[in-house]
Amino acid sequence: MEINCHAFFFLLMAFLTCAFALAVVISSNIVRMAFYLVLSLGGVAGLFFLAGADFLGGLQLMIYVGGTLVLLAFGVMLTARGPLVSMKTPPGQWVLAVVIGGSLLAVLLQTALSVDRWTGQPPSEARGLAEAPPTSAPLGLGLIGVRVDQLQQNNPALRAGMSGYLLAFEVISFHLVVVLVGAAYLARAKRRVEAAAKRQADS
Amino acid sequence: MNLLSEPVGLAHYLVVGAFLFVCGIVCMTIKRNAVGVLMGIELVLNGANLNFVAFGSWVLRDEGAASIGLDGQLLALFVIVLAAAEAAVALAIALNYYRTHATVDVDQGDELKG
Repeated sequence: MEINCHAFFFLLMAFLTCAFALAVVISSNIVRMAFYLVLSLGGVAGLFFLAGADFLGGLQLMIYVGGTLVLLAFGVMLTARGPLVSMKTPPGQWVLAVVIGGSLLAVLLQTALSVDRWTGQPPSEARGLAEAPPTSAPLGLGLIGVRVDQLQQNNPALRAGMSGYLLAFEVISFHLVVVLVGAAYLARAKRRVEAAAKRQADS
Repeated sequence: MNLLSEPVGLAHYLVVGAFLFVCGIVCMTIKRNAVGVLMGIELVLNGANLNFVAFGSWVLRDEGAASIGLDGQLLALFVIVLAAAEAAVALAIALNYYRTHATVDVDQGDELKG
């Protein structure tokens, strides 16, 4: 039996991603949830590599696995007081959530599988992953305004939109500055007596 | 087993993206821990990213008038950056919530008065 290597690795990565995403939902221990999320997002990075987005796969690993999840781990550590209290959701809410989630999943799957162009044969000349063009340089050049991936755009109406993503790049740069300042201000160290005094007043 | 022998198409990626999205939605609604809700948000954004990358993938789709090419990856890049920024702010909010309520349980935040 002939095994398509690309399909084998896709199934492996997809199974890892979905299994650990489900584990995030089911688990009630917050530290385990964080770890399963790391593995799930690593699986998503693998799926990015398999789709030919090499730069984006590396970016996913750096930013999500190496950054955002460390942030979440810090959040878990800072908000855990004493032994980790496990907050369980009542089963009635679980049933409702699974029903709603299941119906949303059914609608999405039915949409994804109903378009013939998406489920039919993939590209007419079987494109191998090894021949996929590298994406780092075109992405970088697209961010500063030069769309080198569409240089042979003949349609004059579409040529006008080839200015690239320079404005979005600038906007996101100062968005990050604002977010940094805002998060640092929101999370600044305040006097610790607030919560304790409040509980004293309530009791 | 024809899943292993036939090449991977666009619909395969969309199915995984949809599953991640729904897992994220259920996580956001069901978790009582505020940091757990943030993890659900990350799952939702990653499901959407997978869709973007799949539609812009050179490997999965024919180049044609309807292919979005590199735009898919650029959009996914912006989503990643925005998600990281939003995770930072949301975590700062969660820390403040913990300071005022002495717990991270979102069910205890049922009064508007801080």
